[in-house]
Amino acid sequence: MQSRLIFKVLGFLIIMFSVSMLPPLFIGWYDKDGTLQVFLQSWGGLLLLGALMWLPNRRQSDELRIRDGFLIVVLFWLVLALSGAVPFILSEDPQMSIVDAVFESMSGLTTTGATVLTGLDHLPRSILYYRQQIQWLGGMGIIVLAVAIAPVLGVGGMQLFRAETPGPMKNNKLTPRITETAKALWLVYFGLTVLAATLYFAAGMSLFDAIGHSFSTMATGGFSTHDASIAYFNSPLIEGLVMLFMLLAGINFSLHYLAIHRRSLRHYFFDSEVKAYLLILFVLSLITISLLIYKGTFSETTSAIRYGLFQVITTVTSTGFTAHSLNYWPGVLPVLLIIGSFVGGCAGSTAGGMKVIRVELLLRQGRREIDRLLHPSAVLPIKLNKRPVPDSVINAVWGFFALYVASFVSLSLLMMVSGSDIVTAFSAIAATLNNLGPGLGEVADNYRSISDPGKWILSFTMLLGRLELFSLLVVLTPAFWKR
Amino acid sequence: MKIIILGAGQVGTSITEILSREAGGDITLVDIDEARLSLLQNRFDIRTVHGHASHPDVLREAGCDDAELILAVTNSDETNIVACRTAAFLFHTPKKIARIRATQYFAENSSFIEKGLGVDHIISPEQIVTTELQRLIERPGALQVLDFANGRIQLVAIKAYNDGPLVGHHLRELKVHLSSIETRVVAIYRQGQAIMPDGNTVIEENDEVFFIAATEHIRAVMSEMRKLDKPVHTIMLAGAGNIGFRLAEALEQKNYKVKLIEHNPERANEVSKHLKRTIVLIGDAADEELLKMENIDGMDVFCAITNDDEANILSAMLAKQLGARRVMSIVNRTAYADLIERTMIDIAYSPKQATIGSVLPKFRTGALEAVHSLRLGTAEAIEAIALDDKSSKVVGRSIDEIPLPKGTIIGAILRDDEVIIPHHDTVIVDKDHVILFVQEKKHINEVVALFQVSAFFI
Repeated sequence: MQSRLIFKVLGFLIIMFSVSMLPPLFIGWYDKDGTLQVFLQSWGGLLLLGALMWLPNRRQSDELRIRDGFLIVVLFWLVLALSGAVPFILSEDPQMSIVDAVFESMSGLTTTGATVLTGLDHLPRSILYYRQQIQWLGGMGIIVLAVAIAPVLGVGGMQLFRAETPGPMKNNKLTPRITETAKALWLVYFGLTVLAATLYFAAGMSLFDAIGHSFSTMATGGFSTHDASIAYFNSPLIEGLVMLFMLLAGINFSLHYLAIHRRSLRHYFFDSEVKAYLLILFVLSLITISLLIYKGTFSETTSAIRYGLFQVITTVTSTGFTAHSLNYWPGVLPVLLIIGSFVGGCAGSTAGGMKVIRVELLLRQGRREIDRLLHPSAVLPIKLNKRPVPDSVINAVWGFFALYVASFVSLSLLMMVSGSDIVTAFSAIAATLNNLGPGLGEVADNYRSISDPGKWILSFTMLLGRLELFSLLVVLTPAFWKR
Repeated sequence: MKIIILGAGQVGTSITEILSREAGGDITLVDIDEARLSLLQNRFDIRTVHGHASHPDVLREAGCDDAELILAVTNSDETNIVACRTAAFLFHTPKKIARIRATQYFAENSSFIEKGLGVDHIISPEQIVTTELQRLIERPGALQVLDFANGRIQLVAIKAYNDGPLVGHHLRELKVHLSSIETRVVAIYRQGQAIMPDGNTVIEENDEVFFIAATEHIRAVMSEMRKLDKPVHTIMLAGAGNIGFRLAEALEQKNYKVKLIEHNPERANEVSKHLKRTIVLIGDAADEELLKMENIDGMDVFCAITNDDEANILSAMLAKQLGARRVMSIVNRTAYADLIERTMIDIAYSPKQATIGSVLPKFRTGALEAVHSLRLGTAEAIEAIALDDKSSKVVGRSIDEIPLPKGTIIGAILRDDEVIIPHHDTVIVDKDHVILFVQEKKHINEVVALFQVSAFFI
C-alpha cells in the first residue's frame, strides 16, 4: 500500500469537495438565515484537512496500483460521507445528532434519498439546497468528476473510474482517454440537468425547486425540498416531466453521449439493455395500473394511470419520489415495486439496483439451461447486442448476484437484531441496498424512528449498494491487507 | 491526435505503450485477440476494439471517421494495405502508415504505394533492423550506430577499454589527440548512471561513451576509446528468416565471407537459390559439432537472429566459447537485454527499439527528421530542422542562448551538406539540421517544442 500516494489523492479529492460548500454558503449569505457560519466553517475545515493531506505528499508520482485504487475509492466515500455530514452537525436548524447527519449525508451521496428529516418546508434554503447538491454530486460520481477535470490521477484514473461506475462491463470506453470519457459523461449529465431545471421552471416550479429537483431527478436520488415530495406540486405536467427525466437518468449515459455526438437516436433502439429496461417498466406499469383500477383505489381511471406510472418509474429507477402515498394502495403493489427496484436502471446510469443488464444476463443464462436440456450438444453462446458475452462477465454476474442476495439477507437479519420489525427490516435494507429511498412499514416516509445502530447499518448498506458490493467488500477481506 | 493502431503485436504494443504515456496521443487499438486487448486496456489509458482490422465496420467503430492517423501493423501485409485503402476511401483519414514486409511491393514506381495502395508511409522494420545490424557488424567495437542527415553524421555508442589512448584522460585531451577531427561526446554512462560530460570528465574503463561525428571520422574517434579490432572478413549468421536472409544478401554484396545456418531444410533451399556467394548450412545453430566443422574459431562475427530469444542467446554464448571473435544476438525482451549485458555476448540488439525509432518521428509534430531510442528507450536522439520565422526559439541564437532542458546536448549540425560540430558560440541559421541527444525522454516534448514553428506561418 502506498500510503503517501493515497493521502495525496484523498487530499486532492477533499479539496475539490470543499468547493461544493460555496453555493450553499452563498445562499446562506443571501437569505441571512444564520447558516453562513455553518458553511464557512465546513468549507474552511475541509480545505484545511485536504491541504494537510495533499501538501506534504504532492510530489508523490508513482502510479496507482490495483489495491490503492480500491482503498482510495472506499476511503474517499467514507471521508466524503463524514465531511458531507459536517454542515448538518454544525447547523442549529435542523438540530441533528452525528448518526443522523452521517445517515443523511450518506443517503444523499449514494443517491438513496432516505431521510431522517421532517418539516423540510421550514428548513433554511441553504441546507435544503445542500442536500440536493450532494445527491447530484454523488449521482455521476465525484471521483469520475475528479478524473474529468484533473489529470493528476494519471493511469490509475481508470482504476478509480471503474470502481465507481456501475455495471458488469466496464471496459467499454467512449473515447481513448479516460479523462475525455469522464468529461463526456459529466457534460451529458450536466446538460440533462440544466434541461430538466429549465423545463421544471417552465412547468411552474419556483427557480429554487426547479434546480433542486433537477439535481435529485438526474441523480435518481429522490431528495425533495418538500415533505410531500412531488405531490406538493400536484401538477400532471410536472409529474410527466419528472417521469421523463427519471427515465433518461436510468439509461446508460454512454448512449446519451452517442445520441448527442452522432445526432441520432438509433443507439437507443438497438441496445438490448434499453429494450429490456423499457419492457420491464411497461410490464410493471401494466400490472400496477390494472390492479389499481381493479381494486378501485382511485375513483378515476386517469388518476390510476397517472400515479401508477409515476410510482413504477420512480421506484424501478431507484429515485424514490412520491406523487401519491403508497400507504393507501393494495398491499401487494408496494412489495412488487420494491422487488422491481432490485432490477434498477441500466448499467452506466445513475440508477441503483442490480442493473437491468445483469438481470437480463441471469435470465438468459436460465433460459440457456432449459434449451440445453432440449439440445444437449448445442453450442449456446449468450449474446448481447449480437455479440457473445465472455464467460468471465457471466461468472462475475453470478458472483455479484450471490453476494447481493447474501448481503440483503444477512443485513436484514442484522436490522431485526437492531430492533426493527420484519417488514421494516427487509424493506429498509432493500431500499438502501438498491439506493431507492423510501421503504415499507416504519420507513415508508422517513427513517426517523430507526434506532441508532440501525442507522449505521443502513448507512453501510447504502455505500455497499452504490459501490456495487465488490469495491467495498474487497477492502474488507483479509487477503486485501496481506502483501 | 486521434490515432488508430491496427494489430496489437510487438510493434503495435510498443508504440501504444510509448504514445499512451504522452499527452495528446489518443489511441484506439484494434486486434482480433480479445484477451490480449483486455490485458493492454488494463495497462494503458487507451480504447480497444475487437475485430478484423480491415473491415469497414470495425474501423468505423474504432472511430476512423475523425482519426488523424492510422497505423496498420498487423501480421499480414495484405490486411494492412486493405485497411489503409478502406480508411482512405471511406473515411478520408489524412495519414496512413502501414507495415509492409514483402519487398515486391516497393519494386514498382514510387506513386504505386501512395496512389495504388493508399499508404502514405511504409514502415519496414525488417529493413531497418537489417541495416542497423549491418552497420554494427561493419563497425567492430560499437554498441549502437545511428545514422543522421542521410548518413552524413553518425551517433555511436562504444564501451571504453584500457587500451584506448583517451581512457584515463580528460575529455578535452581528445582535441590534442585528434587535431584535425571534430567530434562531440554527448553522454557517458558509468555503471548505468548518466554523467553529463564536460572537458574535465575523465573516461574510465567500461564507460559507455556516446559521441557524434561526421561519418568518415567515426573510426578515428572510436580508436581513442579502445584498440580497434581487425576489420571484419568472415561472418556467420544463425537463422535465415526475413532479417537473416536480407542481412546475408547485403553482406555478400560487400564481399564479406558469409555463412548462414538455418535449421529448416526447405527454407535453407529457398534462401540458397537467391544468394550468390553465401554458404547456406542446414543445421542447428547450437550444434557444437557443426560450428566446429565450419571453423567457428575463425569467424570475426557470429550473429544469432532467429525468432527465439533463448536460442539466440545460447547459441551466441556457445559461439563465443568456441572461439568466435565477436558475438551478437537479437533479443526482443527488454528484460533479457539487460541481463545479458553482463555475459560474454558482446552486443545484444533489440529490434523493438529500432522499429519504434523509425515510427516515432511520424507521430511527433514539429520539424523532425529522425528520432532514435537509445539505452532501452530511456534516452532519445533526434534530428530536427530549424526553420526561420519570427517566433523561432533557435534560429539566430547561439547554442548558449537556446533554453535546452537539462541533460540535452546539441551534438552536430548539418548546414548545406557541411557537418559542423558546434561550440557554445555557434549560431544556428535557417534550415540547419540539428542533431540533439536527450538524456531523459521526459524532456523530449520540450525539445520538440523549441523547433516548432508557430501556427501562423504554416
